[in-house]
Amino acid sequence: MKLTDLTRRAGEWLRGAGPMHDVVISSRIRLARNLAGMPFLSRCAPAQQEELANRLRDTILEAKIAPGMLYVDIVSAGELDRELLVERHLISRQQAEAKHPCGVAVNADEDLAIMVNEEDHLRIQVLRSGLQLSETIGKIMQVDDTLEEHMDFAFHSRFGYLTACPSNVGTGLRVSVMLHLPALKMTGEVEKAFRAASDMHLAIRGLYGEGTEASGDFFQVSNQTTIGKTEERIVEEFCEQIIPNFIDYERRARESLLSRRCSAVEDKIFRSVSLLRSARLIGSDETMYLLSLVRMGVHMGKVKDIDLKTINELFLLTQPAHLQRILNRTMEPPERSEARAEFIRRRLGAT
Amino acid sequence: MTFKCDKCDKPATIHLTEIVDGQKTEKHLCEDCAVTEGITVKTNLPISQLLEDFVLQTSSSVEASQELNCDVCGLTYEQFREQTLLGCPNDYEAFAPVLGPLLERAQEGATQHIGKVPHRAGNDQKKQNAILRIRAELKGAIAAEDYERAAALRDQIKELENT
Ligand SMILES: [Zn+2]
Ligand SMILES: [Zn+2]
Repeated sequence: MKLTDLTRRAGEWLRGAGPMHDVVISSRIRLARNLAGMPFLSRCAPAQQEELANRLRDTILEAKIAPGMLYVDIVSAGELDRELLVERHLISRQQAEAKHPCGVAVNADEDLAIMVNEEDHLRIQVLRSGLQLSETIGKIMQVDDTLEEHMDFAFHSRFGYLTACPSNVGTGLRVSVMLHLPALKMTGEVEKAFRAASDMHLAIRGLYGEGTEASGDFFQVSNQTTIGKTEERIVEEFCEQIIPNFIDYERRARESLLSRRCSAVEDKIFRSVSLLRSARLIGSDETMYLLSLVRMGVHMGKVKDIDLKTINELFLLTQPAHLQRILNRTMEPPERSEARAEFIRRRLGAT
Repeated sequence: MTFKCDKCDKPATIHLTEIVDGQKTEKHLCEDCAVTEGITVKTNLPISQLLEDFVLQTSSSVEASQELNCDVCGLTYEQFREQTLLGCPNDYEAFAPVLGPLLERAQEGATQHIGKVPHRAGNDQKKQNAILRIRAELKGAIAAEDYERAAALRDQIKELENT
């Protein structure tokens, strides 16, 4: 598999329509692991970092973890490719900007990514569409077991898996669920929903759009506590309590919008559809905003001639690096706006 | 591109764009102001803040904690406080007097791992620290271009890793 093969379609997490997809975009679990007998990355000399990166790459590729594993060396990859990986949620922004030897291994289904030499020696990530945390934890533990057959991880009887930052120590496990909450945002109740969750030790942040900007309707909910609970317990809290609450709030807000402000909501949705179908110049933030409303319209049964898959793909394929890769030319923002508008019109079957 | 927080002078880390009826408004906020605005909910303070608080609260132990350092990777308490990243696995022993209370505050009171344990044994701390020490020596030998010594040290590491 080559990196260019990835460009043409979205990963499983955006292509698939997993459970609860009206509110839950994706489920992600990440494990932080470090090799025993090695300093953490910030304390490694450049030669050691290189040795580590090569050793980890070879081990991952030889361990036959998943079919069609592709390894990308971040430093030698071009800027556009690094951006592409960030847009696909396969590497962190921090890693995209790294100058030290590091990389990422990605499987053919693109639901598994193993970052090498990020903050920790290894960051294993499994990403699925909708609410699929039990599938996700099952898969990531399998990957961890397989890797463990080939190397020793730094482990302490009291502190568990040792990580470069103490905020990940213990399980090294971070659950992140991405939610689409347009109705709560519209009714102004999103803050109330977050406050209700504030004693559950969660981090909630807006999803970042292009550059430093964030689109208003997408939120990522993650656990903060990584020690003192089993991996299964952390996941259970999300599946049984935290996420069902958010789903419930958002669904109720959608119902209330439909019963109280139906024409205002329909107006917003159908204006968004026409804008996307007729705009000649459109930026990525406005695209995100409009797609978010259309996505809600599809789930409300208002928009019938656009399917979820198309919308989900547009979220990804209209982002700067993807757009430039698909059209196979580098473009400055003004030129991108024109190309983006045309791309969207074609995908939505407009003239 | 760096922004200052709209509400205070700290650097903004949360950036929001809202487009309402074609009117675009931008908000740039620091973590703290974002919390008061209800945009992000942060129940745990960042490690750096926790360290700061810990030092302030237990002023009698300031000197004691400042003397902590790791004799394996050489990390000092001051360096840990600055970058909030640890240097090697042994730091969890070397800085345990600080890390215990720190984790208690950051992690809902827990400092004992009860989750998964690696299947493979041979992971004992003493051996790992011995390997780490030899690796530090190896770094020095390579820097001094003493390749004979470097080769001998590499053999020692291999031997230890395979026992
Ligand atoms: Zn502020
Ligand atoms: Zn150390």
